[in-house]
Amino acid sequence: MTFKGWRLPVLLILPQALITAVFFFWPAGQAIYQSAFIPDPFGLKSQFVGLGNFEYLFSDPYYLASFKTTAIFSILVTLVSMSVALWLALMADRIIKGSGTYRTFLIWPYAVAPAVAGVLWLFMFNPNVGIASWYLDQIGYDWNHKLNSGQAMWLVVLASSWGRISYNFLFFLAGLQAVPKSVIEAAAIDGAHFWRRFWTIVFPLLSPTTFFLLVVNIVYAFFETFGVIHTITSGGPQQSTTILVYKVFSDGFVGQDLGSSAAQSVVLLVVVGLLTVIQFKFIERRVHY
Amino acid sequence: MKKTLLGTVMALAMGSTAVPATAATEIQWWHAFTGRLGDLLAEQIETFNASQDDYVVVGTHKGNYSEALNAGIAAFRAGEQPHILMVFEVGTATMMSAQGAIKPVYELMKESGAEFDADAYLPPVKGYYTTAEGEMLSLPYNSSTPVLYVNRDALVEAGLDPDMDLTTWEQVDAALDKIKEAGSDCPLTTAWQSWVHLENLSAYHDVPFASKDNGFTGLDTELAFNGPVQVAHIQAMGDWAKDGKFMYAGRRNEGGANFRAGECAFFTESSAGYAGVKAEAEFDFEIRPLPYWSTVEAAPQNTIIGGSSLWVLNGHEAEEYKGVAQFLNFLSSSDVQAKWHQDTGYLPITTAAYEQTKAEGFYDENPGTDIAILQMTGKPTTGNSKGLRLGSFDQIRGIIDEELEAVWTGDKDAQTALDSAVNRGNQLLRRFEQANK
Repeated sequence: MTFKGWRLPVLLILPQALITAVFFFWPAGQAIYQSAFIPDPFGLKSQFVGLGNFEYLFSDPYYLASFKTTAIFSILVTLVSMSVALWLALMADRIIKGSGTYRTFLIWPYAVAPAVAGVLWLFMFNPNVGIASWYLDQIGYDWNHKLNSGQAMWLVVLASSWGRISYNFLFFLAGLQAVPKSVIEAAAIDGAHFWRRFWTIVFPLLSPTTFFLLVVNIVYAFFETFGVIHTITSGGPQQSTTILVYKVFSDGFVGQDLGSSAAQSVVLLVVVGLLTVIQFKFIERRVHY
Repeated sequence: MKKTLLGTVMALAMGSTAVPATAATEIQWWHAFTGRLGDLLAEQIETFNASQDDYVVVGTHKGNYSEALNAGIAAFRAGEQPHILMVFEVGTATMMSAQGAIKPVYELMKESGAEFDADAYLPPVKGYYTTAEGEMLSLPYNSSTPVLYVNRDALVEAGLDPDMDLTTWEQVDAALDKIKEAGSDCPLTTAWQSWVHLENLSAYHDVPFASKDNGFTGLDTELAFNGPVQVAHIQAMGDWAKDGKFMYAGRRNEGGANFRAGECAFFTESSAGYAGVKAEAEFDFEIRPLPYWSTVEAAPQNTIIGGSSLWVLNGHEAEEYKGVAQFLNFLSSSDVQAKWHQDTGYLPITTAAYEQTKAEGFYDENPGTDIAILQMTGKPTTGNSKGLRLGSFDQIRGIIDEELEAVWTGDKDAQTALDSAVNRGNQLLRRFEQANK
């Protein structure tokens, strides 16, 4: 529909515009402003340094390494949580009896807060007293994520993916149920077996859901996995699990270096903006709506 | 920064334990203690509140040390700061540079006319929290120093004499070999690796941890813990880790669980770990002084403290500060301190509390509990052993932890790791210097 004049349309978008301004533009503007200063923790004095905070950041090899860590972490979390969720959704979609119970159970982990999930996994994999590390020890595998970077990475990836699987499962299941039965039945009559039907019909039809989840999961891995990392590894060992957003926290709230922390948020803002643009420009082209 | 009535009411509603109906002046104390320490702290507050009618101290737990400091800083920025904030020793430089946010203890005592004698405090404890001019800025609260815990049963099992001399690391090394040969998985473990094996190691061997008297005499200090003494020690520990003689359990005091379970023969940990070990250990244990390297002539100098002190924050009424002064004096009185020392294993912060504990016969009944004090007060402190005053030190410790972990796994040799830690830490010190120009 079209509106006459401009008053009503402006009035209608005003609430959303206000919320965006107050909760997004204003804090983002503050971050950009503060990134040009080195303040003392108590806010008593502050030194203008221009782009000094950014220069400092990009000359720090650990900050540059954090980009790579973030990329590996986000890709792994997205891959693990989406593929497991898709597989579970496919299986749950075929179940006829008691499907409600299965689905409820599969959705459950989503209700667990990230920090709690972190503690759960931490207990299981504690190198000294954890049950999982005890079993691993029994089969001759030495587990110590406090010293082994690879193991630490896998542990935070698993813990972060675990709760996320439920969320993805929910969307995949809904997506699967929206695939027209007639198309699948026609293919079945033509003699296409289950996996053939999946790859040629179901998966392409599922692509809007997959694309949506891809975007949402990458954003999740970037920002919301903070609690898990904080409880399990605190970014260690040797910063091998320090993703960008965790570094913002640890520099700002452990190191009290608010200038560097603000500069990092600005960088993060740019990175996520770029990622989203890339996703919509290049991947969305392959999505069939 | 006047407190509004609403603010006071809210603070009351959030943090109060016991609020009498009288119009007593309220004093907020934000701390980081839970469990048994939290109970003992609450008991101190209750005793003080019951002893007079003018002031009511309200203690509020604000998370662990780092979180309590953050909460205090955030509250100050919002103009809602408590009167007293517990800050761990690592945050000392941060607080000290925050002129305008803090009210130095010596000033508080002078203004409120309270009796105060800075010389009553144990010198190494006092030294950590005073300026170069000897003015006390914060009140030492809980202080401890690292000692060596020995599982005597494990020594006997390895065919060693449990009374053997363990004064030097060379002697400990020889014992580790025997214990390893006897099949132990954990001859030695440690808590707080940076604090024990770098910070205290440096002070104990009278070598600098950082230039400018470990940061006491200038913000332009640079880290110096990549010297030959530290490198040799860390390399030795790295070799022990490789040979299975040293088991690394984690950055904090995770190793305590293994030691208390009887898995480990030796454990370097804070003297304040005594209560926990005593409560849980089902084996014969004892406390020995921290070992040193006999090849270093200056050793043993003295060890330095860890723990927290109480900082008074600016922006409150003079009348309230009178109460704060009275409360701080109460906390440092001999009775309170002697009890605190005996209950927790923390050091008595005053000489009088130490003498009182000795007179009560506590050290005879609990052998080894005075080792920490003797180890700290054995010699007059030097520029290298007064303490550490470094900005962003919480983060620098994180860097040291990372680099040490690389040594334990064999990824780096000690020299490379410590050089790298020094370089990375120096960058943080320069940032801190710039922020506090």
